[in-house]
Amino acid sequence: MARRLPRKDVVIVGLGWTGSILANELTDAGLEVAAIERGPWRAAATDYPPNWAQDELRYRIRHELFLQPAQTTFTFRNKMSQTGLPIRNWGAFMPPNGVGGGGVHWNAETWRFLPTDFVLRTHLTQRYGARFLPADMTIQDWGVTYAELEPHYDRFEYLCGTCGQAGNLQGQILEGGNPFEGPRSRAYPNPPQPQPFSHTLFAQAARTLGYRPFPQPSGNLSREYRNPLGVRQGPCSYCGFCEWFGCGNYSKASPQTTILPVLVRKANFVARDRCEVTRINLDPSGRRATGVTFVDTSGQEWEQPADLVLVCAYTIFNVQLLMLSNIGQRYDPVANRGVIGRNFTHQTISDVVSFFDPKKFIFNPFIASGAIGMCIDEFNGDNFDHGPHGFVGGGYMGQVQTNGRPIETTPVPPGTPKWGAKWKQAVKENYLSATKPGTGVHGSMYSYRDVYLDLDPTYKDRFGRPLVRITMDFHDNELKQNRFLTDRFAEIFQAMGARQMDKQYRRAPYDIGDYQTTHLCGGAIMGTDPKTSALNRYLQSWDVPNLFVIGASAFPQNAGYNPTGTVAALAYWSAEAIRTRYLKSPGPLVHA
Amino acid sequence: MSDGIRRRDVLTGAALALVGGAAARAGVIKGELPWRPDTASPPPRVEPGPWQFFTPEELPTIEALADRIIPPDSQTPGGKDAGCVVFLDRQLAGAYGSAEGLYERGPFIQGAEQQGPQSSKTPAQTYRAALQAIDQYCREGRGSGMPRGKHFAELAPEQQDEMLHGLEGGTVDMSGVDAKQFFTTLLKDIQDGFFADPIYGGNRDMCAWKMIGFPGARYDYRDWVSRHNERYPLPPVSIGGRADWTPRQR
Repeated sequence: MARRLPRKDVVIVGLGWTGSILANELTDAGLEVAAIERGPWRAAATDYPPNWAQDELRYRIRHELFLQPAQTTFTFRNKMSQTGLPIRNWGAFMPPNGVGGGGVHWNAETWRFLPTDFVLRTHLTQRYGARFLPADMTIQDWGVTYAELEPHYDRFEYLCGTCGQAGNLQGQILEGGNPFEGPRSRAYPNPPQPQPFSHTLFAQAARTLGYRPFPQPSGNLSREYRNPLGVRQGPCSYCGFCEWFGCGNYSKASPQTTILPVLVRKANFVARDRCEVTRINLDPSGRRATGVTFVDTSGQEWEQPADLVLVCAYTIFNVQLLMLSNIGQRYDPVANRGVIGRNFTHQTISDVVSFFDPKKFIFNPFIASGAIGMCIDEFNGDNFDHGPHGFVGGGYMGQVQTNGRPIETTPVPPGTPKWGAKWKQAVKENYLSATKPGTGVHGSMYSYRDVYLDLDPTYKDRFGRPLVRITMDFHDNELKQNRFLTDRFAEIFQAMGARQMDKQYRRAPYDIGDYQTTHLCGGAIMGTDPKTSALNRYLQSWDVPNLFVIGASAFPQNAGYNPTGTVAALAYWSAEAIRTRYLKSPGPLVHA
Repeated sequence: MSDGIRRRDVLTGAALALVGGAAARAGVIKGELPWRPDTASPPPRVEPGPWQFFTPEELPTIEALADRIIPPDSQTPGGKDAGCVVFLDRQLAGAYGSAEGLYERGPFIQGAEQQGPQSSKTPAQTYRAALQAIDQYCREGRGSGMPRGKHFAELAPEQQDEMLHGLEGGTVDMSGVDAKQFFTTLLKDIQDGFFADPIYGGNRDMCAWKMIGFPGARYDYRDWVSRHNERYPLPPVSIGGRADWTPRQR
């Protein structure tokens, strides 16, 4: 029997970035908020202190801070004709687990999307004509504009203490920043981090080729910072153990280092860790959520009744919870009907690994932060004329190398054997003088009719619930885009003086074992029409108005940037709508 | 419990949550940041001692394999002397060997390569079977030009390399073991052991880090980020310290 807890005003599923932001905003509005988190509480002192945080085997190879597939996983197939098989160990992406979510072990690249990204279909159709887009491409406008999100991007950057150089300050283009970015209302709160050698050389080479390089916006701090909530962070020490790792220095923006010390102390907030929400409960009409049911580690089932339910878990888990709770019409790719599971996307990443003369170049690759790097944005979004190229989309590219950790980052020139004396010699010769940006080309992935999520008919999680099935493959548009971008990227390393390069194009079929990023998007998307979106422009469910679904699950397609800045901006945008409009008159904020 | 959520399965989940140590119970966080003394979980340090996974019959084979993957040279030890087999022994005897935390529910169906490994065998089971198959393959002299009746470790280095190439290319019939997949795993594990922090048993005396110039577990390069094209001068340090730091044993 489920035990029933006292009613709350708000229950939040998942206490990562979005859950922390929403909880803080709504407790400020005086509401009683409970957050339910599947994973454990995490803190630097106990989980990743600086005396052992720098452990590549434990955190990077054995994935200590992540969800374990035994807890739950997904099945995967490229095509609808195949049988989905379970992801038994993580590969292409790494689902987070625990308080702070992905904010604990991200690199803290803190980007804004381009103004045209939010009106993508309208913009591309106007510029190139509808026939320029592939027939099965299902990209949509978001229903929210850059201008509307700008104050919310700004709030997140000041919360995090993001370090960067403005490129467009209230319409004025500034030297040294990203000239393509949308206008920002004020400068970044902190100056850019200083750049290591190879990152600096990359920028010089890019300039000689006529590009306008700029430092990647970073949530690893260039100096001590006290945020508007009064929470302090220390300066980053360039330890080279950022992504996949927690920060032992309190120098990486995360819920722990920006919000939780304030939130947890509020009398109207409570969180439960190691408790997994198994469904959203609805009243008999099916149009109103009454709360959630969750299970604790002893197996006890609990019900948390609430007036407002906010689903703030990782992309696919948001979608899964809607499916398992029978909320919204499931997407059917054959009939091209339904919305839950639709417009699922990932990213189109590639890299160029370059080898330089060891007598002339000492890069010390181990000196880096997670969001260090010099980038160019000439080939992102619609910043260039796609007409001659026959594809749409793009991405930023840069020398964004985050580490010289030797299990992961001991590259050898193409043609070197994978083992034996020659391999060993090549590792030794090239370690200090090679560049391996990792996600060097950070390309967009647009949405398609046959890339989607549904429930697997065979495989179950430990509660006996169906796993989510991912059907995903690369389409020609993305492969063309990647080829073009990777070639431009390699030209910059050539200009840096590389004597050998390994161009690692992204190839089809999509491989579930090959890590790209953890930027899964879509499946419960926002929009203006309930026939083609699960949520309205405030991330409110069209079907259940006291339910909001916050996260990258709302992206109608993925842009050529890391998503966290936009995810957080949407969280603040949604919180504002709840505070200023929904609470006054609970009900649909948009009438379809 | 309702809706098909079975208590036994949930308890399995609870056991899972124990990975990583202390106090893995659902908790309520309210009023203050959770903090209790002695709840941190430092990494387990590999101590010298008897073999925990490999049998006396397997050891010469795995040690020879480690030395062909990472051969010794005049400056840096090979896989065996770097401790890669000690590393692998403890890994296979622990969570890695038993595939702890991975998704192990059936059915097990072989799919497309892009769908990832679908074996029902744990790494420990795979190693056990593969090492036996390698030994049998060698003793039966099944490789071209290979003598009969010899163990892998007794073959000449060139013959050992030929065998490794056969595993790598999947051309060696390993009676039920996927040779190619095993070789990928073996290569990764030996190289992981070579480069991982020496607390895990490999990378002895930080030999791999010295070889490439990686300073290890140092955590602060603020003075160095803007010093371009200069060799970093300090020697590496492990999570477990460094020989010339280590205090006298008490």
